[in-house]
Amino acid sequence: MSSPLAFVAPLILATAEEEGGHAVEHFGDGGVLAEFAWLIPVVPMVAAFAIAFFGKKSPLKGWGLAWGSMAFVAVYGVALFISNLIEGITYEGAISIGDIGTDASGHTLGLEWGWMVDGLSIMMYMVVGVVGVLVFTYAKSYMEGDIRFTWFFASFALFGGGMLVLVSAPNLIQLIVGWELVGVASYLLIGHYWEEHENSSAAIKAFLTNKVADVGLFIGAIIISLSVGSFRFTDIMEHISHGADHSTLAQYSFWAGVAIFIGAMGKSAQFPLHVWLPDAMAGPTPVSALMHAATMVTAGVYLIGRLFPFYNTPGFADDVRWIIIVIGTLTLFLTGLIALVADDIKKVLAYSTLSQLGYMMVAMGAGAYTAALFHLFTHAFFKSLLFLGAGSVIHAVHSNNMSDMGGLRKYMPQTYTTFMIGSLALAGIFPLAGFWSKDEILASIQYAGSNYTVEQGGAALANFVLVVAIAGAFVTAFYMTRAVSLTFFGKYKGHGHPHESPKMMTYPLIALAGFSVVAGWINIPGVTSFFTDGVAARFLAPGDHHATALNYGLAAVGTLAAVGGIVVGYFLWFADKDTQQERDKFRIPVLYPLLEHKYFIDDFYMDGIVRPLRGPVARAVDWFNGHVIDLVINGAGVLSVRLGKIVYWFDQRGVDGAINASAAAAGGTGGMLRLLQTGRIQQYAFLIVAGTVALVAGFIIF
Amino acid sequence: MSSFENGWALTLIVFLPLAGAAAVLAIPKAQEEAQKWTALLFAGVSFVLSVIVAFQFDYGDAAATQFGTRSDLTWIGIINSNYTIGIDGISLPLLVLSGFMTVLAIIYSWNHWPEPHNPKIFSALILVLATGMNGTFVALDLILFFVFFEVVLLPMYFMIGIWGDRNKIKVPVIGLETEMRLYASIKFFLFTLFGSAFMLLGFLTIYFQSGLRTFNMQELAAGGVAEAELGNLAVWVFAALFLGFAVKVPMFPFHTWLPDAHTAAPTVGSVLLAAILLKLGTYAFVRIAIPILPEQAQNWAPVIGILAVIGIIYASLACLAQTDMKRLIAFSSVGHMGFVMLGIATLTDIGINAAIIGMVAHGVITGLLFFVAGSMSHRYHTREMARLGGNQKLMPMMGGILAFTAMASLGLPGLAGFWGEFLALLAAFNPMDGLSTGLFRTLMVIGAIGTVLAAGYLLWMLQRVNFGEPSEEWADHDLHDVDKYEMAAWVPLVVATLAIGVFPRIIFGATSDAVTAMVKSVFGG
Repeated sequence: MSSPLAFVAPLILATAEEEGGHAVEHFGDGGVLAEFAWLIPVVPMVAAFAIAFFGKKSPLKGWGLAWGSMAFVAVYGVALFISNLIEGITYEGAISIGDIGTDASGHTLGLEWGWMVDGLSIMMYMVVGVVGVLVFTYAKSYMEGDIRFTWFFASFALFGGGMLVLVSAPNLIQLIVGWELVGVASYLLIGHYWEEHENSSAAIKAFLTNKVADVGLFIGAIIISLSVGSFRFTDIMEHISHGADHSTLAQYSFWAGVAIFIGAMGKSAQFPLHVWLPDAMAGPTPVSALMHAATMVTAGVYLIGRLFPFYNTPGFADDVRWIIIVIGTLTLFLTGLIALVADDIKKVLAYSTLSQLGYMMVAMGAGAYTAALFHLFTHAFFKSLLFLGAGSVIHAVHSNNMSDMGGLRKYMPQTYTTFMIGSLALAGIFPLAGFWSKDEILASIQYAGSNYTVEQGGAALANFVLVVAIAGAFVTAFYMTRAVSLTFFGKYKGHGHPHESPKMMTYPLIALAGFSVVAGWINIPGVTSFFTDGVAARFLAPGDHHATALNYGLAAVGTLAAVGGIVVGYFLWFADKDTQQERDKFRIPVLYPLLEHKYFIDDFYMDGIVRPLRGPVARAVDWFNGHVIDLVINGAGVLSVRLGKIVYWFDQRGVDGAINASAAAAGGTGGMLRLLQTGRIQQYAFLIVAGTVALVAGFIIF
Repeated sequence: MSSFENGWALTLIVFLPLAGAAAVLAIPKAQEEAQKWTALLFAGVSFVLSVIVAFQFDYGDAAATQFGTRSDLTWIGIINSNYTIGIDGISLPLLVLSGFMTVLAIIYSWNHWPEPHNPKIFSALILVLATGMNGTFVALDLILFFVFFEVVLLPMYFMIGIWGDRNKIKVPVIGLETEMRLYASIKFFLFTLFGSAFMLLGFLTIYFQSGLRTFNMQELAAGGVAEAELGNLAVWVFAALFLGFAVKVPMFPFHTWLPDAHTAAPTVGSVLLAAILLKLGTYAFVRIAIPILPEQAQNWAPVIGILAVIGIIYASLACLAQTDMKRLIAFSSVGHMGFVMLGIATLTDIGINAAIIGMVAHGVITGLLFFVAGSMSHRYHTREMARLGGNQKLMPMMGGILAFTAMASLGLPGLAGFWGEFLALLAAFNPMDGLSTGLFRTLMVIGAIGTVLAAGYLLWMLQRVNFGEPSEEWADHDLHDVDKYEMAAWVPLVVATLAIGVFPRIIFGATSDAVTAMVKSVFGG
């Protein structure tokens, strides 16, 4: 193959072999729609680069391209979603990008880019696309006049594109690539206003916290792919489908499962790696809306969902599930409480997101793949709605703090109405979206308690978790009541005259409010199962339990908890509007400081790890470098110079002694120094050249 | 076979720059334009030839030596040292990289001549350096290799010593007060020479004690014959080679020449030092130490692995303490080369593939980092990061390229640096049979933690240098953003970083089969 195209030729060959994909028999292959689904990640990525390079010169300053790429994804995603409901799609395509060697059993390991089109990824395409296009619409108006408008949309498109690279990944390598692209885009967006030190610090915090978690993802991915002998999810699933008895993966699967979950804990901000998410508020509000809903934080839940059979098959990482449940439970409850004390409205929502992510993880841990993803799905709509609503408010009053708000109901009726719908959906009030998905999670925890023996005492654990989850529902309703009361009711305490946001901002709010109402209806136990059937289209059946009938008792308890939260919140912050702010300043001893300092976890990371590493530890290493290692080096230099002088002294006195190596070295050094000083370098350089030429000439002649 | 494929192509690639150096020296000092064009012409033709070779290379047979000379071209007859050169899939990417960086270095230099301004000598030195670098990657004879390996020392020594940093420093411990350039250049020269002496000793021992009386690498490696003949001496020979190569890489604890050399060197010197010179050491491990002394390589692999990972963590921590931007980048090189060495220490094909792509990626990325750092210190007249804040505002393009390169350097997936790091860690999970999996898996975890530290120091560097509001002191300085020569030198590196990241087959397509075959033939199985 000695041709000028030798670099390219192997690619074309491999493409011909690889393309066409594989499809599981009882699902369709999606036809042309699936074959061209590679456009879904590629279009926004290309848009991102195009905006970065040419955006400033385009008529809409890059926004048009970004919006167009997201609209494309939304339309494509919806088309795939519908077609998946009709026949169920499993399709995978790939091109080879290089072989890296052989694994222990002699198989060649290859790197690939590809695209996965199955129920799980299709659901994500749609969510990212639909929420994305609405947020991008809103963002045009919100970011109008920003100093880096074009750059913002380049990063924003990269953010969406990175998420789609992640979601479309048919192998662990591409997943990691998308994973980190999302990370770097979030870094750029959180640090958008990098003139302020605080903002760039928040960006770094997000990146580094995720990087810590990535150590887990890397190690988990390495263990799984080397044990299976492939990076592909389909190969991993096939390996798992053969059972744990003869599996090489099974012997490491506990550690691999833990490692992967640590990775998921970073992106999905699980306790105690949640610290970056509240600080990520430093970015413009549309960023938060997308980050908390469709992209980034959903990645961890998605990852566990992608590898769900690995966590759900006995003999593999099924014993990691109790860790997932415990972490998820801690997250959902502890972070929910912090939302109660935040004054910044975005922080309230941020801690709320953490809490909801905890629910999703608990569901994954309880073996409820569908319930977890369903909550991810509904949450995407109402949480993006809430953030955009908060953005609309912030836009109007020029402050993030609820203590500067109040009474905005009159000034901003549309924002108020939609925010209210979002809050009720989040609180889990019938018949809004959050009710159905939260109920599914509660039901799945209950099911796990009665049917799984996660470990000894698994049932007891599940029952405890159920209680905490219900208590969490109470807390959720409670803090949302507070937020709504302080923002929209009572007296306006800010400056100036707030006004409703432009249509370009309110229309996305209205659309998202619509979704927040109806999104849950596609999966009503015993009535509709579109969502369940949709995400079940996988190469290997997820094999989770899904309730086919509504458990009225549990639904009632869940609703009661939510209503209870609203009622208590009503009496605390709503009933007497004139004094709500005063009462909000009431501080419960011990608990309040604990919550205000976020359980001192951030402080521990800063003072216990980051500062010592950057300060004393780093300085000690640097000192060691200069004063210990170099002591040997410089010492040897000084010694040989001294030795050289002694030998020279003997030599000059006519003592018959050979000039040893160190003398030569010392003399040489001195000589070179003299050369430097007298400027005879040219001659010296010429001598080197001449000498080498002579050597070459010698070889040619002889 | 044409004479082009029979050694002439490689010979031209290696010696054209040297001829160029002679030609530049022949041009009168005042005619700077002519000197520049001559330098660019010779380096350019050499690079273009290497690209032609890359296109003509038979990738289906990447493990075989191609474009080589006959192995009986006597060079120094009395010691059976022959002019044996050739390339395979392992050396090809490095040879192309070397020519690539040389050309970019000359383009960058066009209007960035360091003080004392002397384009004639400076460009001649770059060209001599190129001959040494190219030659090292094609040499298949130990003495030939040694000569090329040493040839690079002198030009670099003069670059640092003459065009280097003139700030006074006080050398710790011995308290000597001297100019940075003098201390750094002498330290660089003697330290490396010290290693090389052992390396030469190793080569000579192989020649005499194995009884084979040949310096031909392939003959020495065939069937492990040299190692078998060496018997108990083999462990010492490996130690000697290790010392020589490890100083060059450099591996902890033989690295202390590097931060000083980089900090003191003129921009182009730093770039070439990082991009190519460090690779000579790692390449030598893959090309010489492992094939000729495979059993010793196995015995030494744990030591190499441990030192590599210490290097990763140690360098990252040292980076956190730096206030000088160039010194920080220099230390980061030690960490990156730690990943390369970890890959090599696994003695698996995945690990060595990872090492080679890691070398190329580090060359491209750190080369670019030094370019940018050099240009910035040229404009600000300081490398103190604390004073540079707000650079993104003063020079948006410069800041953008710096940010991109820093991201690449921290191993961002999708850019070139990722593959070397990730695959080295991957290889460490399953090292060669016979190596301790427990040890290497521990190294894998520690190495992975090192990536967090790397992200830390690079992001904090960006924060200090790029972000925030610019200091008042630059208000009336003439700070022009990236100029066209810089653009011409940097854009190819940005493109290469992206291309290798998105399509690593550019490298793996050449190395993969060659490495697998090499590992198979050396270790069997």
